Amino acid sequence: MVKLVSEPIRPVADTRDLPQALRQALSDKISEVVIFRDEVTLIVPREHVIEVLTHLRDVQQFNMLTDETCVDYYPREPRFGILYQLYSLPRNLRLRVKVMLSEYDPKMPTAVGVYRNANWLEREIYDLFGIHFEGHPDLRRILLPANWQGHPLRKEVPVAVEENAFSFNRARIDAQKPYATE
Amino acid sequence: MEQTLIQVEDAPSNQVRLEDVQLDITFEQLKRLVSPRALTGETMLLNMGPQHPSTHGVLRLLLELDGETIVNCIPDIGYLHTGIEKTAEGKTYLKAIPLTDRTDYLAPMSNNLAFCGAVEKLVGIEVPLRAQYLRVILMELTRMNSHLVWLGTHALDIGAMSVFLYCMREREMILDIYEAVSGARMMSSYIRPGGLWRDVPAHFPQLVQRVLDVFPARLLEYEKLLKENPMWKERTVGVGKISAEDAIAWGMTGPCLRGSGVNYDVRKAQPYSSYDHFEFSVPVGSAGDVYDRYLCRMEEFHQSLKIIRQAMAKLPPGPVMTDDRKVAPPPKHEIAYSMESLIHHFKLWTEGFKAPEGEVYFAVESGKGEYGVLLSGDGSSKPRRVHFRAPSFHNLQPLGEMSKGALLADIVAIIGSIDIVLGDVDR
Amino acid sequence: MGLEQKLGNMGVVTTSLEKAVGWARANAIWPLLFGLACCAIEMMSAQASRYDLSRFGMELMRASPRQSDLMIVAGRVSRKMAPVLRNLYDQMPDPKWVIAMGDCASCGGVFNNYAIVQGVDEIVPVDVYVAGCPPRPETLIDGILKLQAKIKQEPLTKWQ
Repeated sequence: MVKLVSEPIRPVADTRDLPQALRQALSDKISEVVIFRDEVTLIVPREHVIEVLTHLRDVQQFNMLTDETCVDYYPREPRFGILYQLYSLPRNLRLRVKVMLSEYDPKMPTAVGVYRNANWLEREIYDLFGIHFEGHPDLRRILLPANWQGHPLRKEVPVAVEENAFSFNRARIDAQKPYATE
Repeated sequence: MEQTLIQVEDAPSNQVRLEDVQLDITFEQLKRLVSPRALTGETMLLNMGPQHPSTHGVLRLLLELDGETIVNCIPDIGYLHTGIEKTAEGKTYLKAIPLTDRTDYLAPMSNNLAFCGAVEKLVGIEVPLRAQYLRVILMELTRMNSHLVWLGTHALDIGAMSVFLYCMREREMILDIYEAVSGARMMSSYIRPGGLWRDVPAHFPQLVQRVLDVFPARLLEYEKLLKENPMWKERTVGVGKISAEDAIAWGMTGPCLRGSGVNYDVRKAQPYSSYDHFEFSVPVGSAGDVYDRYLCRMEEFHQSLKIIRQAMAKLPPGPVMTDDRKVAPPPKHEIAYSMESLIHHFKLWTEGFKAPEGEVYFAVESGKGEYGVLLSGDGSSKPRRVHFRAPSFHNLQPLGEMSKGALLADIVAIIGSIDIVLGDVDR
Repeated sequence: MGLEQKLGNMGVVTTSLEKAVGWARANAIWPLLFGLACCAIEMMSAQASRYDLSRFGMELMRASPRQSDLMIVAGRVSRKMAPVLRNLYDQMPDPKWVIAMGDCASCGGVFNNYAIVQGVDEIVPVDVYVAGCPPRPETLIDGILKLQAKIKQEPLTKWQ
């Protein structure tokens, strides 16, 4: 049966208290707390990330992993940033956890033990960026064909694939395209 | 990075020729996913291929069947992977909006809104109140659009074919509104950073009023056809159950989560675009099966109509685009006499506005669930990374768990009730 | 006074076999249910009651390629889907036609990147290209009418 819930808007808990509380609880495990546009991001080194996520899930009640993705900060080193977007249903708070990885060591422990939906999310990151997740039960490509070479969302792969056709090069492009004839 | 033009021969797409694409997983990988009985031949492995009338797009399911009962169900996605996130890295913020239309193509305006909301949050743009109210009206019409296609295809799969034609007929009214407002029936790209592309035409209130007048009777018709229908209930009650804790652990959102009893709606929890000015209820189910998800979505129709009525009554006059010329183009007549406007126009169209360095996440409640955009700016006019938190991707993951022990015919009902759009899953 | 006038009273018409076969093939096409992405929704709208495709002979769409003769590639074809598409095309019996519906099927559309086949004519030979993103149902109907005109002119030896 379906019931209609029309309670008034829950007040969004004040994010100003959150960084202080997290700094106290996890002082030695987080490297930095960044606040940008009212959003809190914890920068955590790779060794501590599973502990931090477990603490956030169990003690701080961030029970939903809304998203897990990777950003390629190409000219910077460390190059890859793995972002975990967390949400707490009881407290109505959003939080982001960021882990920076170097290009020469793109390996991460898997978060599947903490949040179950990290399964496909980490497969997607592996597929598109090439980050290897240790301990993942089934790490294989998910969006691209199984024998695809390369990781397309890295910055060294160009965005466009086909030349833009103008009147001066259209004949050449047409001649090189593999048209099917039967 | 600049978009490099490369010769056709070197294109990375040519590295995997048609004949060489490997679709199947290796035997080693398969052994971990299916039960040991499949390897001895006791259970059958069936491929419910990418082209199938009931999979709502190109979804491939590997089913391990013991007679008619499903032992394991392994979804294989990626047949519609479009690389939208990569293409968006090469476009300015304004030019990336048509790309967002094509992720969840049944609810294009909600994708536009999510992306524009993220851009507005990153750059720090204020949206005028009239634009916010119009966005709310269009979002609710989009939610009804998405739910109509859901109802039509779900009922068609279960066997009620006439509901499909009725839903398409209703949908034409909403598509008429889209066309009047933006010029295109589906991919409208009407919601832009800073507000809307242009004000709604003069006959917009009549079009919306027609929807508000006609819909309640039509919804009653659908409910008479399906809600207490014993055949419908036989096929949907008790099928595809998922508990509230499991749904939260798997990251499900939207009617799939609310059908299991969890009260989470982004419009109520983190209101955006002045949703807190309107009174509406959120339907929450209890059993977590296909029937409860159906009831939640049907009730959402009524709530959407309620919100549209309130918004149309309270719609304030005023501009629909922000005044900040660094972000929004100036009105055309101003360019004739103001040098500054001309320069702003020029800069916006050649280079685009710049966003600061940083990451933001902005989520809207689309018909399918929480549709979020994670935007990473790098100080230039193009994003460094755009990531779409696709609700269908997360809602599809527990399909294997939801369908254990179900019959083959129930898979069709379960997929229909999760309401996936493959454009969203694969992006 | 030709043969037609004499026989016309008995309810008989004369025509060439080519024209008769072309007329029959064109007016009773069975499309394959092959909607991939957004264009599939416009194809469904074209099949629905406002823009009715069944007035042109396409009452139903067959899910099985063995029973269909028109493949409307509605939507973007990704690299992973390309061999599946070719497989389905090969399974269709002769005579068969292909409509590339939409910009993505015609030329890659908005998506010039690693994942999308730049035009489905790299994989299957296309008879009619319907432009639009997505094309309106009326545009699709225009494309189907052009295909019907094309079929009516086909020589008998084409599908031997």
